[in-house]
Amino acid sequence: MAELKRTPLYDLHVELGAKMVPFAGYEMPVQYPLGVMKEHLHTREDAGLFDVSHMGQVIVSGSSWEQVATAFERLVPMDVLGLEDRRQRYGFFTNDSGGIEDDLMFARKGDDLFVVVNAACKDADIARMKAALEPEVTVMSVTDRALIAVQGPGAEAAVSALDARAAEMTFMDVADLELGGIAVWASRSGYTGEDGYEISVPAAQAEALTRALLAQDDVEAIGLGARDSLRLEAGLCLYGHDIDSDTNPVEAALTWAIQKVRRAGGDRAGGFPGADVVMAALQDGVTRKRVGLLPEGRAPMREGVVIFDAPEGGNEIGVVTSGGFGPTVGGPVAMGYVATAHSKIGTPLWGEVRGKRLPLSVAKLPFVAANFKR
Amino acid sequence: MKFTEEHEWLREEDGEMVVGITIHAAEQLGDVVFVELPDEGTTVSKDDEVVVIESVKAASDILAPVDGEITEVNSALADNPGMVNEDPQGDAWFFKMKISDPSQMDEFMDEAGYQKFIG
Repeated sequence: MAELKRTPLYDLHVELGAKMVPFAGYEMPVQYPLGVMKEHLHTREDAGLFDVSHMGQVIVSGSSWEQVATAFERLVPMDVLGLEDRRQRYGFFTNDSGGIEDDLMFARKGDDLFVVVNAACKDADIARMKAALEPEVTVMSVTDRALIAVQGPGAEAAVSALDARAAEMTFMDVADLELGGIAVWASRSGYTGEDGYEISVPAAQAEALTRALLAQDDVEAIGLGARDSLRLEAGLCLYGHDIDSDTNPVEAALTWAIQKVRRAGGDRAGGFPGADVVMAALQDGVTRKRVGLLPEGRAPMREGVVIFDAPEGGNEIGVVTSGGFGPTVGGPVAMGYVATAHSKIGTPLWGEVRGKRLPLSVAKLPFVAANFKR
Repeated sequence: MKFTEEHEWLREEDGEMVVGITIHAAEQLGDVVFVELPDEGTTVSKDDEVVVIESVKAASDILAPVDGEITEVNSALADNPGMVNEDPQGDAWFFKMKISDPSQMDEFMDEAGYQKFIG
């Protein structure tokens, strides 16, 4: 096994008492002494700081925005060209079968495109971008910067205390800020369902910035454990679990991320990998769908729990892809795929846990209302 | 109080054994969110899975430490699983059992031995 990598904040995590675990090739903090439950609740009530430096940061550049955006649209079914300067969007790479190769955030910074991809996929993503887009445009992996997320209702106060301009940003804005004299690239986004920022900072200054943010009132360091339960309550997909190379965006209920201009009848319809499959799925529907699943009892239903349409006998109609305890909900929450015929909100279903079928129902996502600054 | 290598404790009370998990085990599990207890009156063999405990991280099984019969379960845990983190070696006991073979207790550790075992 390859040696685990460390982020620029490794020493600080250890100093803060984090429990470090291997994750996507990195040694990452899964929790701090506060514990997953309190870290989760603290993020929803005040503010949490997450080290997400393991994620891939990539800059795509060329001779003009039109060139960069048009090239990138060959890999994603999103409206890239129409993105206004200093704005960010959610997207995903598709494959020839219409499956999802990774999900990502992309932002326009002048003529450049700044892309953030998942840690486990970043090498493949960069290779995919280089193969498809170079030499027309340049794909540069940014390896000398850390990425820090500050999330929660207290995030604005914490970040704007270091640069007042942070408060002027709204959801999905990006800006260059100076946080306590450190030049950073910030976006007003995240992956917890809360308001907040993701901040790309030069590696050498990452620890100083993190200490300055943790020194703000009510900001606590939060580990990957709480990050997972926060994004699950927010109904957000975890790549490799809720979406993967075999799930298409229509099955994954991510059609909201495919703008009209890339759909049938749009000015730039299709032209991304697997467009024929995705277009057909948009037109004709799909046989399974990603839905929220709310167990009735207290037993968590975790990834892999098989879902049936009857308390005994009946048919296997789905599977849980993410599940656990939702601290803000105060009970178990899950998401997964079910046959479309059983995907209506409120449909009663049963999940098999330790040989017993326990009741659950199809539920609206997110489980906890989003709290973005629109 | 006696301790097992499975991080359980046993305390004798009125001729029965009260069984729970250790402070160390509760810390390792993290926040407990669900406890499934056996039925009272169940006859169990050593190492049978008798309790399911789920934390925010994962599900774990608690094994019967010895042969015997479950005489009582701590039903308060079903409504308030967080007790396992708050008082694992006190109020958050899991079950009481009548043991069939007292010699099975011989291999268990005392407190000092257990502290040494967990290092």
